[in-house]
Amino acid sequence: MTEKNLVTAVRDTLHDEMAADDRLVLLGEDVGARGGVFKISEGFMAEFGERRVIDSPLAESGIVGVAIGMALHGLLPIAEIEFADFIYPAFDQIVSEAARMRYRTDGDFGLPMVIRTPSGGGIHGALYHSQSIEAFFAHVPGLKVVMPSTPADAAGLLRSAIRDPDPVLYLEHKKCYRLIKGDVPDEAFITPIGVADVKRMGSDLTVVTYGYEVHRCLEAAERLSAEEGIEVELVDLRSLAPLDMDTVLASVAKTARAMVVYEDNRTYGAGAEVAATIAEEAMFDLDAPIVRIGGPDIPAMPYATALEHFYMEPEPDHLFVAMRDLARF
Amino acid sequence: MSTQVTAASHAAIGLADADLLSMHRTMLLARLIDEAALRQNRMGRAPFVVPVSGHEGCQIGTAWAMRPGIDVWLPYYRDLGVVLRAGMTTTEVFLGLFSKADDPSSSGRQMPNHWGSKRLGIISHSSPIATQVPHAAGIAYAIVYRGEDAVVACWFGEGATSEGDWHEGLNFAGIHKLPVVFVCENNEYAISVPQAKQMAVHDVATRAEGYGMPGVVVDGNDVIACYAAMKEAHDRARNGDGPTLLECKTYRFLPHTSDDDDKTYRTREEVAEHKHKDPIDRSAAYLIRHGLADHDALQAMHDELKAEVETAIQEAWDAPDPLPETATRHVFAEDER
Repeated sequence: MTEKNLVTAVRDTLHDEMAADDRLVLLGEDVGARGGVFKISEGFMAEFGERRVIDSPLAESGIVGVAIGMALHGLLPIAEIEFADFIYPAFDQIVSEAARMRYRTDGDFGLPMVIRTPSGGGIHGALYHSQSIEAFFAHVPGLKVVMPSTPADAAGLLRSAIRDPDPVLYLEHKKCYRLIKGDVPDEAFITPIGVADVKRMGSDLTVVTYGYEVHRCLEAAERLSAEEGIEVELVDLRSLAPLDMDTVLASVAKTARAMVVYEDNRTYGAGAEVAATIAEEAMFDLDAPIVRIGGPDIPAMPYATALEHFYMEPEPDHLFVAMRDLARF
Repeated sequence: MSTQVTAASHAAIGLADADLLSMHRTMLLARLIDEAALRQNRMGRAPFVVPVSGHEGCQIGTAWAMRPGIDVWLPYYRDLGVVLRAGMTTTEVFLGLFSKADDPSSSGRQMPNHWGSKRLGIISHSSPIATQVPHAAGIAYAIVYRGEDAVVACWFGEGATSEGDWHEGLNFAGIHKLPVVFVCENNEYAISVPQAKQMAVHDVATRAEGYGMPGVVVDGNDVIACYAAMKEAHDRARNGDGPTLLECKTYRFLPHTSDDDDKTYRTREEVAEHKHKDPIDRSAAYLIRHGLADHDALQAMHDELKAEVETAIQEAWDAPDPLPETATRHVFAEDER
């Protein structure tokens, strides 16, 4: 075990995987000499060479499109989109090409490739460095979408993504990058895609979340335990596609109360799918209506501190209060 | 700078007499498949047909410089001639037209003419235009990375050159001097939009300068000239001298698809005028002039191919449809499910 932050966990895993398999190539803006704007690939170009660590032109569709070609011809590309907010020019390549290649050829072609990108807000990223993009892509059959919240999950899920025979969108929450530290096993362990993780056991209500919100919800849950004696069970989805509803439903069956929390805009967010499935599958287990907490339906996370704070926490202690109210319902 | 390539004698550019006859035969086969496919459409047996007629010269000419089994092919939907050269059979083409279970491209999942076959090295493509161009660059990058001898060719129409993906693909290929040939089949119209409304330049090939690669213009109705230009570009790619943008000036004799009405955007006189430059007539004249075939031999070739097409239609029509319950398969790799 070694304690690492999330950036180091991603970097070390990527490094070891590249050292072990020369089919792996990394391409994206500033991934080479600069080592990536978050230093994920710092030193990689010197160690692995320019053939394997490719400073791409500033063209996101081209980055993903070229990666698709590489995957079609025996390489294992890891395409980095510098910020998730810049992924939209590549939407067509991801949705029309990557996600559909296996289906449209009835299994003849497959695309083993990873698209990594930093997403999420709370870091003064403003309108175009804060976005949550997961719902756009989790909607598309043929894509896997994961978002680790801890350094250990980041390492295990990245290994799974690299070994997966299909395209995986791997989202790294920027607020977690250096803020979240944790023990990471030193061996090359796997965290399976499509398996949620119970990050806190509890009996009074289930909170389903992912990404940075995991940590905000855990903080509220500890306060609830200390101040109110309310025990929250917290399910970290980790994968948004495929979605592990079995773990969610098992928890809801135990607690009879369900809350879904996500940073993305509330309407049509990933939490809507979770809430709908709980309503369909566990209606008679519930003692209270499902509570859904998402970001406000404004086009983006604003820059000014007060405005950004409003996005992340529209009312003081809103997670703590919402959990307490649900437990008392 | 673009350079003009004009027709050469076939022997001078390394084409054997037998090659020339095979090229003519494949062009004729493409034309006869086209005509038969439209008849099947009128009979109500094929909801959607993408005609090739008029493009046979540039497709067969460029495709003939490729090495089936070694090189990698990224065609677009009009490239019947290209995929025939790559090894797709007439029966397989009609299995696709009738969306049968054994359609090699997609098992009946995609519209006809959305080619793909791992076995033949034909990369599957979609309907959005020019998305295959960056794929070509990525494949070419992997070829160099793995130290292989293969060359990638990517075909598209002139309309595709307006897309961002086209630019991004050529730019990447130019930067890394990749072994890829970009072939533009310029037929003057992107469905209904004429070239003058598509771009401010006369030749697509002039755009090559922006990507640091040679741009070459060739008469797309001259199958030998197309072969010669493609051979040079293919050699350049194999020698490590990087990509080429090859523009074949041609014309589409029929509507964009069986659902298009080209009378709304071009005159019958214009179409008739272009039919005088039919690449198949031109190839036939060349064969006769050089004593490689006479009228009787060409007629016999025509009759034989027509019979082959009819047999293929029957075989494909009688083949099984995909089973409805297979619709949920292969979303992901099946051993992962």
